Amino acid sequence: MSDAAKALEPVFEPWKDPSQKPLIRFENVTKRFGDFTAIDDLTINIYEKEFFALLGPSGCGKTTMMRMLGGFETPTEGSITIDGQDMSAVPPNKRAVNMMFQSYALFPHLSVADNIAFGLKRDKLPADQIAARVEEMLSLVQLNKFASRKPHQISGGQRQRVALARSLAKAPKLLLLDEPLGALDKKLRQDTQFELMDIQETTGTTFVIVTHDQEEAMTVASRIAVMDHGKIVQVDTPAKIYEEPGNIYVADFIGDVNLIKGKVVKSGNDHASISWAEGQQDLTGIAHDEIPHGTEATLAIRPEKVTISTDRPEGVTNALSGTVLDIAYLGNMSTYVIEAANGTLIKAQAANTRRISRRAITWEQQVWLSFTDTAGVVLTS
Amino acid sequence: MKRFALISIPYLWLLALFLVPFLIVLKISLSDTELAIPPYTPTLDIAQGWAGVREWWAGLDMENFVWLTEDDLYWKAYLSSLKIAIISTVLTLLVGYPIAYGMTRAPDEWRPTLMMLIILPFWTSFLIRVYSWKAILSNEGFLNQFLIGIGLIDEPLVILNTNIAVYIGIVYTYLPFMVLPIYAALERLDESLLEAAEDLGCSRFTAFWLVTFPLSKQGIVAGSFLVFIPAMGEYVIPALLGGSKTLMIGKVLFEEFFANRDWPVASAVAVVLLLILIIPIVLFQRNEEKQREAGK
Repeated sequence: MSDAAKALEPVFEPWKDPSQKPLIRFENVTKRFGDFTAIDDLTINIYEKEFFALLGPSGCGKTTMMRMLGGFETPTEGSITIDGQDMSAVPPNKRAVNMMFQSYALFPHLSVADNIAFGLKRDKLPADQIAARVEEMLSLVQLNKFASRKPHQISGGQRQRVALARSLAKAPKLLLLDEPLGALDKKLRQDTQFELMDIQETTGTTFVIVTHDQEEAMTVASRIAVMDHGKIVQVDTPAKIYEEPGNIYVADFIGDVNLIKGKVVKSGNDHASISWAEGQQDLTGIAHDEIPHGTEATLAIRPEKVTISTDRPEGVTNALSGTVLDIAYLGNMSTYVIEAANGTLIKAQAANTRRISRRAITWEQQVWLSFTDTAGVVLTS
Repeated sequence: MKRFALISIPYLWLLALFLVPFLIVLKISLSDTELAIPPYTPTLDIAQGWAGVREWWAGLDMENFVWLTEDDLYWKAYLSSLKIAIISTVLTLLVGYPIAYGMTRAPDEWRPTLMMLIILPFWTSFLIRVYSWKAILSNEGFLNQFLIGIGLIDEPLVILNTNIAVYIGIVYTYLPFMVLPIYAALERLDESLLEAAEDLGCSRFTAFWLVTFPLSKQGIVAGSFLVFIPAMGEYVIPALLGGSKTLMIGKVLFEEFFANRDWPVASAVAVVLLLILIIPIVLFQRNEEKQREAGK
C-alpha cells in the first residue's frame, strides 16, 4: 500500500487503541476435563469487526475456547464476557453468537432455504421477513438456485456456503467458525478464503475462526493467536507473527525457518548479536528487549530473507559461508540447503529468474549467505 | 450358469415355501367343505385327464369369500384385530422410543450391555414368556399380590383374560422390534446437529422435536410396521392372555381350522388377512428404500 493510500484509509488496529472496548474478554479462563487442562489461565481481548484466528495443532485447546464462546462448554475458572455481559450462565440458545460447525451440521431433513430459515423461525419473526432474509442470505452466498434442494443434493462447497449463510442469518454479534474450510479441496479452499473475507467485511460481523492451517489463518485473519497446550503463545497480526515471532515455538510453527543457536554478545537499541560458531562473524537480528550477555539465544531467520551468492558480499551486517548440500527446485523458486560451520544447516530461498541451465550455483559449491540486521529475530525462549 | 444357479436359490426357496403353499391355501379357499380326508372338495383327479381338470375347475367358486361378508363375525374380527394392532403399535412406540433414546444417550461402554438386555428375551421360548404373564396378571398373580400387599388396592384387578392383558402381551413381546430400528436411527444422528439447533435458538426440547424426532422418523416407521404386521395376525397372545370377548382374526382362523374343521372358510380368512397386510408391507418396503437412498 502506498503512503498516500495509508493516509486515506485508517488502519484497522483497535487492539492498539486503549479507548476501544473489547467485544470479547477472556479473563483468567481455565477449563479442565477431569485431570486434563484444556485451557490454562487464559486472558485475551477480541475487538469488534475483527477476524480473529485461533491457530494451533490439534489438542491445543482452540476448539475448547471456541465452544466456550458458543456456550457449549463452561469455564472451570475465570470469566468470559461478550459485549460487557458475563456469559457463564447463558445457554447457547440465548447468546447473540452463532457457530459454523466443522461438519457444517446442516439439517438433512430440511431444504437449503429451511436450513437458513431455522434460526429466524425460532425468533418468531413474521413469515415475509423470514422469506426476505433467507433470500438475502442466499444471494450473499450465491445459492438462490439451490434453495429447495436438500443438503445431500448439493456439493461440499455449496454445503459449506449454506452453513455459513445459516449461521449469519440471525445477524449475530459474533460468528464462530470451526475449521470451516477443512473439508474442501485446496483450490476451493483458497477461493472460499477470499469469499469469507469479503462476507466478513460486508456484514461487519466479528469472526473468530479456529484452524490448524497456518496459511488459512495468515490469509483471512486480522490477528492470530497461536496456541499450544491450552495457552496462547503469541497474539499478533499475521505479518508480525511471521516476521517477528515471539518465541521459537511460533517461529517454527509458522512457515519455514532457520534456527541458529548461539550466545548473546551484544544487545540494545532493538537489536542483539549472537556468537554462534568459532571463527565466524557474529550474527545480528531484532530484539526489542535487552538480553544479558552470555544468554543462550536463537536467531530465527526465514529462508527467503537469506541471500545466496558465489562471492563474499560487501557491506552487509550478517554473512557466513558454507557448501551447498542440497537444492530443491520448486519451479518459481529454489531452496538451497547449505552446510555452514559446526555442521549447521541453513536454508536459503532464491527466485528462479533465470532458466535452470544458466544457474550459477550447484552442488558441493562454496557459497556465501547474507542477510540484513532486521531480517531475523533473536529469541531466548 | 453358475451365477444363474446362485440367483435362483432364493427364488426357489420362495417358490417352494411361500408361493406354492399360498396357491394351495388359495385353492382350498375356493373349495367347499366336506366330511372327508382331505376335508374339502373338489380334489384334482389327474387320472381322468382333461375332463378331470375341467370338473375340478368347475367345482371352484367364491362362495367362502361371499360368506365372509355375510356373517358379521369376520369383519368384526378383522376390525377388532386392526384396532388392537394399531393401539398396541402406538403403545409399543410410546414405551420403545424412550428406551431407544436412553440407550443412545448412555455412556459408550454401557451400550453393548443395554443392547444385550433388549435381545436377551429372545433366548427363551416365546410361548413360555407369554405364558408366564398369566402368573403375573391373574387375580391371584404377582401383580395383584404386590398391589394388595402395599395397600394400594383392596380387590384384585381383573387384567387377565381382557384386552388389557393382550396389549401388555403384545407390547412386551414386540418391544425389541420397535427399539432396535429406532436405536439404529438415533445412533446415526450427528450430535453437532443438536448443538447447531441450540445455537440457532432452540431449547433442548424444541431441538428434540425439530431435529431428533424427524430424523428418527424412519426408525419409527420401520419399528411400527415390524410390530403392526405380526400383531395383526397374532394368535398365541390373545389365546393365552385374552378373554372370550377378545376378538382377533388369528383366533377366528384357528377355530375355523381346528374346532369347525372348515378348511375352506379358514383359508379364505387367511387369504383376506394376507391381502390386508400387503398394504403395510408395501409401505414398509418403500420406507426401507427411502432410508437406503438417504443413507447414500
